[in-house]
Amino acid sequence: MCTEWKIGVYALQPSDRPDAREAREVRMGLLTNLKDSISKVTDRLFADSEPKRIGIYGPPNAGKTTLANRIAIDWAGDTVGPESHIPHETRRARRKENVTIERNNQTVTIDVVDTPGVTTKVDYKEFLDHDMEKEDAVRRSREATEGVAEAMHWLREDVDGVIYVLDSTQDPFTQVNTMLIGIIESRDLPVLIFANKTDLEDANVQQVANAFPQHETVPLSALEGNNMDEVYDKIAEYFG
Amino acid sequence: MPEAKPTNNDSASADEGVQIDLISGARMDGLASMEKIRLILDSVRDGKIVILEEGLSPEEESRLIEVTMSEINPDGFTGLEIETYPSTQAATKGLLDRIMGRESTKKLTVIGPANQIKTLHKDETLISALVSRK
Repeated sequence: MCTEWKIGVYALQPSDRPDAREAREVRMGLLTNLKDSISKVTDRLFADSEPKRIGIYGPPNAGKTTLANRIAIDWAGDTVGPESHIPHETRRARRKENVTIERNNQTVTIDVVDTPGVTTKVDYKEFLDHDMEKEDAVRRSREATEGVAEAMHWLREDVDGVIYVLDSTQDPFTQVNTMLIGIIESRDLPVLIFANKTDLEDANVQQVANAFPQHETVPLSALEGNNMDEVYDKIAEYFG
Repeated sequence: MPEAKPTNNDSASADEGVQIDLISGARMDGLASMEKIRLILDSVRDGKIVILEEGLSPEEESRLIEVTMSEINPDGFTGLEIETYPSTQAATKGLLDRIMGRESTKKLTVIGPANQIKTLHKDETLISALVSRK
C-alpha cells in the first residue's frame, strides 16, 4: 500500500520528478515492493488455507489428552500422547498436525494442540500420594510448572481456536476456569466448552452449562466415545 | 513512578496473624503490568493476602500465571490461590466494546499463598475463603 502512495506523490508533483538515476532506483524499488506485495498476498492466501491450530485447554485431569487421542485416532489413526489419572501427565504442549474431519459434506483440517492442564499452584507433595518418590515428584512438579507456562504462551500467541474441556463431575466455578475463559474471550478466539466424563455417575452437564452460559456446551465422554458425532459436528461448525 | 511496594511499616509478623493488603484501583492504575504482577507476587510470597479493588486484565492474569509458575520451588513457594467473581458481562459485551476499550475488567480479586488460603465456596455473587497462618 505504501508503494502506491509514492506513485501518487510523483505523479502529482512533476516539478519534483527525479533524474534518470533516481528514476531507475524508484523503478527498482517499485519492482521490489511489488514483489513484496505479491508475496504478502500469496502468504495470506496460503495462511488462510493452512490448518487452524485448535488448542485443547482446561484444568488438570479434565480429560484433555483422552479427547485429543480420541480425535486423532478417529481421524488420523494415531494418538497424541499418554493418558493418566495422575495430574500433570501432559507437561509439554503436543501438536497433531493436519487432522481432517469430515462432517455433512464439509471438510475441516485442524492442528490439534493438546496442552498441559492450567493451574495457579503446583505442590510436589500431591504427587507423593501417587506412589512417587520425592525426587520423581519434584521433577514432575518442575516440569508441570514449565508446562503451564508453555500452555499460557500458546494461548496468547499460537492458537486460532479453543476447545475448553471440563470434568463434568467437578465444580466448574473455579478461578482457573474463570480466568482462562476470560483470557480466551479477550482474544476473541472461538471457543467450545466440552463437558467431559458424562459416563460417570456424578456428571452434571447442566452445572457446566450454567457456569458459562455465553458459550455452547457439548456433553461427551472422550473415554467411552459417547456423543462424538455432536462433538465433530460442532468442531466443523466452529472451526471450519 | 509510584512506589511498587505498599508501605510495610506496620507489617505484622507471621506469629501475630495474617496481613491483608487492600489495594485500590487508583494505586494499580499507576503501575505497569509487570509492576502489578511483581507487587502481587512479592506480597503473596511474604505470606500476605492481597485484595485488589479492580483486579487485573485478562492479559495480566495470563502473565501472572506464567510468572507464578516460574517462581514455584519445591520447598518454598507452591503458587497462589486467586479468586474473582465469574464474568457476567461476557454474554452481552460486543466486539466493538472490546476494540474501543470499553470492556470492564473491574472485579474484586483476592490473591493469597496457595498454602494459606482455601476457597470454600464461589459462585456469581459470593466468594467464601478460609485463611490460615503458615
